[in-house]
Amino acid sequence: MLRYTIRRLVQLVGVVLVLSLLLFAWMRLLPGGPVSALLGERATPESREALTKQLGLDQPIIVQYFKFLGRAASGDFGVSTGVQPGDSALEIFLQRFPATIELSFFAIVIAIAIGVPLGYLAAKRRGGWFDNLSVIGSLIGVAVPVFFLAYVLKDAASVGLGLPSQGRQGDINATRVTGFFTLDGILTGEFDATLDALEHLILPSIALATIPFAVIFRITRAAVLDVLDEDFVRTAESKGLTAPLIRRRHVMRNAMLPVVTTIGLQTGALLSGAVLTEKVFSIPGVGQALAIGFERRDYPVLLLLIIMATIVYVVVNLLVDLSYALIDPRIRTR
Amino acid sequence: MALLEVRDLTVVFQRRGEEPFRAVDGVSFDVEPGQTVGLVGESGCGKSVTSLAIMGLLPKRGATVTGTVTYDGTDLLKLSDKQMRDKRGSELGMVFQDPLSSLNPVIPIGIQVTEVLERHRGLARKEAMIEAKNLLDKVGIPDPNRRLKEYPHQLSGGMRQRALIAIALACRPKLLIADEPTTALDVTIQAQILSLMKELVQDLGTALVMITHDLGVVAGLCDEVNVLYGGKVVEKANRHPLFAEPRHPYTHGLLSSIPRLDAAPGEKLTPIKGSVADNIPWAQGCAFAPRCPNALDVCVQVTPAEEDQLGRLLRCHNPVVPGTPAAEEVPV
Repeated sequence: MLRYTIRRLVQLVGVVLVLSLLLFAWMRLLPGGPVSALLGERATPESREALTKQLGLDQPIIVQYFKFLGRAASGDFGVSTGVQPGDSALEIFLQRFPATIELSFFAIVIAIAIGVPLGYLAAKRRGGWFDNLSVIGSLIGVAVPVFFLAYVLKDAASVGLGLPSQGRQGDINATRVTGFFTLDGILTGEFDATLDALEHLILPSIALATIPFAVIFRITRAAVLDVLDEDFVRTAESKGLTAPLIRRRHVMRNAMLPVVTTIGLQTGALLSGAVLTEKVFSIPGVGQALAIGFERRDYPVLLLLIIMATIVYVVVNLLVDLSYALIDPRIRTR
Repeated sequence: MALLEVRDLTVVFQRRGEEPFRAVDGVSFDVEPGQTVGLVGESGCGKSVTSLAIMGLLPKRGATVTGTVTYDGTDLLKLSDKQMRDKRGSELGMVFQDPLSSLNPVIPIGIQVTEVLERHRGLARKEAMIEAKNLLDKVGIPDPNRRLKEYPHQLSGGMRQRALIAIALACRPKLLIADEPTTALDVTIQAQILSLMKELVQDLGTALVMITHDLGVVAGLCDEVNVLYGGKVVEKANRHPLFAEPRHPYTHGLLSSIPRLDAAPGEKLTPIKGSVADNIPWAQGCAFAPRCPNALDVCVQVTPAEEDQLGRLLRCHNPVVPGTPAAEEVPV
């Protein structure tokens, strides 16, 4: 198990290196660039040339790439040219990463907390009105674009329910420890800050949770339907075990494998959904920085943020693979 | 009084948009305490559905069960779901056909044994584990302490079926239903499992309903045999008379289609022609008539009643006369 984990982590290094090279080359193929973005269309050729030189963009791409790698090894990922010009890319990442993780975490928690039980109930009542209704509901969940739902929630729910219509901003008047708003409040004892942060997270998390919810619901329903037909569930019934024990130990334990896989894959969708959600709710997170970064061709910030998102995705899926072994002993002994 | 009295048990499956299907059609039989009763027939004759109906394991929707299943004075079909759960595993045990798929693949064997002890005998996990070890020992699983921690895929087929028998007998049920318990096993293991079951039910005084298509199993185990065809009992007799003088042409056919070691060289096997797909509905006559070598005109006009004739219960217009050779010989 340990060897497997180490091998996967080594693979991760390879993935990051290849990805960074691809991103590096690909971003420079995009029309425009940081120079035009910073100086505007009507800049003189002289000033353009000076800035190009200053940013090191006059060198061949491969030289730029290895210089980047060298600096990155010592923790220097370059300076932002567009998102927050002058700040280091790492600083921007550290500022914004917690907000996105918080948002994604709550979204996936909501998606699992509703999707899994609902999927089980729908499978148990296959063909009934509850099943049909929730299948239709999940289709709507997948079909409605995140940004549309986000606006609806923002306008309708914030007015009707009095919930904050925007995400927590960075200028909060509370002690910062980790950068995670919800966590800092607990750590410093400022529980009102945690509560306030949670309140601000409700609407954005719901908006972001809809697609993962719908997918997790469908997969759970299908997996439970499969397991309910299994002989060992009939054996469990023949033992006269209580319904909750059969559900937990015999049905859900076996149905979890595909569900856990889906949860891992959904983290990818979550990160891309976060871009839209953060934009709508003005949350100062990675998604917002990515959006601005693309507009202004902020190479260093884009590179770092995308690589970090990839690392999160790969690590989450590594955890998923490792959890297989916990769920299914047949994988452990292999 | 009999331990189990099944009367007019009927199971009708109804799927939306399809004709209702009578899988079990008025089956009646008794099981005395400690007795072993066989339900015999080929696939689709309703024997498994009968057992599931007795255990209350048929799906709630889509299956209609009528008749009575009186166990120890109470009609099991009238019990609530909760009352039935109290009976299953404690007073009624069941062993299934495929031991691999009948065990939960992701739970250690130990837990699968102890959970039934915890549920019905109120044992704590620790005591239950000690009891589980004794149970595995009793069903002949070597090194039981190690096996308790292992998973189904780490056990051999025979050992898995032994584990399932241990589970079914853990709470010393008064009635054990075994649904083709040896079908998925190697021939050498089959004999071991059968003699184990025989020994255990004798020790515990458990009554056994043995469901099988294998007449060899019946010959070695059962006191009384019910031969099922198309959801009805067509012949009911004690083991010896049934084997010595099968009266129903279907029973006769089943027996003549078994290869015999004492057969003369070159002697032909006689299979039953056709398949259950040729059946006619019982309402029109005898379901077996289209396949029956003894069929008369009356067989496709009048439904034969279950009658006490020739010293046994028989549902046939033209029973086999002892000593008749098989009607039609087919080279094998």
